[in-house]
Amino acid sequence: MTVPEPETIALEGRPRPAVATSAGASILRPGARQLAIGATLIVALAAPLVTQNFITFQLTLVMVYGLAILGLNLLTGFNGQFSLGHSAFYGIGAYTTAILMNYNVDYYWTLPCAGAVCFVVGFLFGLPALRLQGIYLALATFALAVALPQILKFQPLEPLTGGVQGIALMKPDPPPGVPLNPDQWLYYFTLLVLLVMFAGATSLVNSRTGRAIMAIRDHPTAAAAMGINLPLYKTLTFGVSAFYTGVAGALGAIVIQFVGPDSFPFLLSVSFLVGLVVGGVGSIPGSLVGGVFVLFVPNLAERVSTGLSGAIYGVILLLVIFVMPSGAAGFARLLGGRLARARQSFAKQTTGRIK
Amino acid sequence: MEQLLQQVLAGLATGAIYAAMALAVVMIYQAIDHLNFAQGEMATFSTFFAWQMIQWGWPYWAAFAITVAASFLGGVAIERILFRPIRNAPILSQLVAFIALFSILNSADGEIWDFNIKTFPSPFGSRPLFGSSLISTHQAGMIAVTLVMLALLYLFFRGSRLGLAMRAAAANPQSARLVGIRVGWMVALGWGMSTAIGAVAGMLIAPVVFLEPNMMLGVLLYGFAGAVLGGLSSPGGAVIGGFAVGVVENLAGTFIPYVGHELKLTIALVLIVAVLMVRPAGLFGRVTVSRV
Repeated sequence: MTVPEPETIALEGRPRPAVATSAGASILRPGARQLAIGATLIVALAAPLVTQNFITFQLTLVMVYGLAILGLNLLTGFNGQFSLGHSAFYGIGAYTTAILMNYNVDYYWTLPCAGAVCFVVGFLFGLPALRLQGIYLALATFALAVALPQILKFQPLEPLTGGVQGIALMKPDPPPGVPLNPDQWLYYFTLLVLLVMFAGATSLVNSRTGRAIMAIRDHPTAAAAMGINLPLYKTLTFGVSAFYTGVAGALGAIVIQFVGPDSFPFLLSVSFLVGLVVGGVGSIPGSLVGGVFVLFVPNLAERVSTGLSGAIYGVILLLVIFVMPSGAAGFARLLGGRLARARQSFAKQTTGRIK
Repeated sequence: MEQLLQQVLAGLATGAIYAAMALAVVMIYQAIDHLNFAQGEMATFSTFFAWQMIQWGWPYWAAFAITVAASFLGGVAIERILFRPIRNAPILSQLVAFIALFSILNSADGEIWDFNIKTFPSPFGSRPLFGSSLISTHQAGMIAVTLVMLALLYLFFRGSRLGLAMRAAAANPQSARLVGIRVGWMVALGWGMSTAIGAVAGMLIAPVVFLEPNMMLGVLLYGFAGAVLGGLSSPGGAVIGGFAVGVVENLAGTFIPYVGHELKLTIALVLIVAVLMVRPAGLFGRVTVSRV
């Protein structure tokens, strides 16, 4: 029998895994990663064909929230700017779509418009945010989240926003000739948008720009010394983040078929934050896990006990934080690391035996 | 001019609520370096606790004292049981743990004491003060208690060894540990003190806004705003910030025509953000310079 090598030596001999904190850095082996994505995609494609309409609707919302959380993730997870104001971007996106659809614009054209409006708002908001950090930035973004419902209810804007009544929307029909019901069609439409946006985020994060964005998060002073234009990248990230969350809001408005001032309370921002942390700060696939948590866990808690649903939700959340302090992505990374180490030591043992 | 004066007075009266909460916010910030989202719910829970004792026939001040003591112990216990194990987790994860605590306490309040609003007695009475209809004896008492708490805290932190140790633990945990300060317990003490201050704030606020599980939701947000405006590193600044938020909110509602009343919260927040543009660490906050 061979004596197992001490762990430290095994650690030294192995190149550090390409910094797991960065980007969509793979937490699994390359082959396994493709396999996981492929399997998820197949399940996602098949899901609405085998489930009931209500579940299809919920799954669509999971994707919508996942997309919104991805937007927050780009800002907080990759650029290190904290935001409690993403419910506002979500709401602005939703209202843009609702207003345009009222003017008979096709629903798919409203998405880029909503995204563009949010990009501009986000970019402009990013300018004052340059002066603020951490908690102070949180307060400024919080102001945005609180202001939006009040502005939407504001009397003079009522012809446009519908005031407290909000705006009801029609559910879009699938294109003629497509044998799907409207819920299924919306699901696939959302899935398509989601895939495009996730691919976009992945390539952004892995690009030169993405590295600049992350360098700012890791060490602003050093990043500036490297020649990165801090104000430009920070405001642009704010804009892109708002773009993502705005498109999510637009999709959300189409799926739920209603927007109202109180659909976008500050608590929605808190939900996004919870989803971000549960999924994994700085993990692109983690955003979807966050979407699942945000949509299903409150329902689950409600089902266990109506009166104490908040308490049960809180306990579940605490347990999640205790078990996975750095979110699902961190947890997967940890498991992946353990697995790789186990595999390696196993390989070592067997080769030792052959000798 | 008279109207201005009256509105400022009324603003100070509501500002006292925010100031009391802002003080509790700053206390916890000093101890753990971030905000406690569950602080409002912790204060509400303490207030319900006091209400229950008064319902059972205890005299006001006995209930008051026991609540403050129990809140102190409760705060220490929460730190020891819930937050000590995750002290090395990323900050955002800790924030989410606060949100979880918020949700648990809010739901528990509702389950134990239901959602009907309850009246909470005031030790100061609620007659108008000096015949003015804008500020009552209770509100004046509230301002006084807030200022007394501030003075006591000042003396504690400046004058006592324990206060010094707590400051050292917050400012530089590693060096503090090297000179023999038990940093972990200082953090727990900070939790206890901020919970106790929160309990006092809750008991002062409850007669004004009525007691119910969501009582603190708005108040805490204003308290945060006040604390941030004044500067999170300065208890005195936080109290001034809290008063300022109350006054600005009131004046915006009265004097800015047309939009004033509907958007007063928004206007107050926008003003605060504008102030932060000029002074990013708050009005009285210390600017931290990091060494590279």
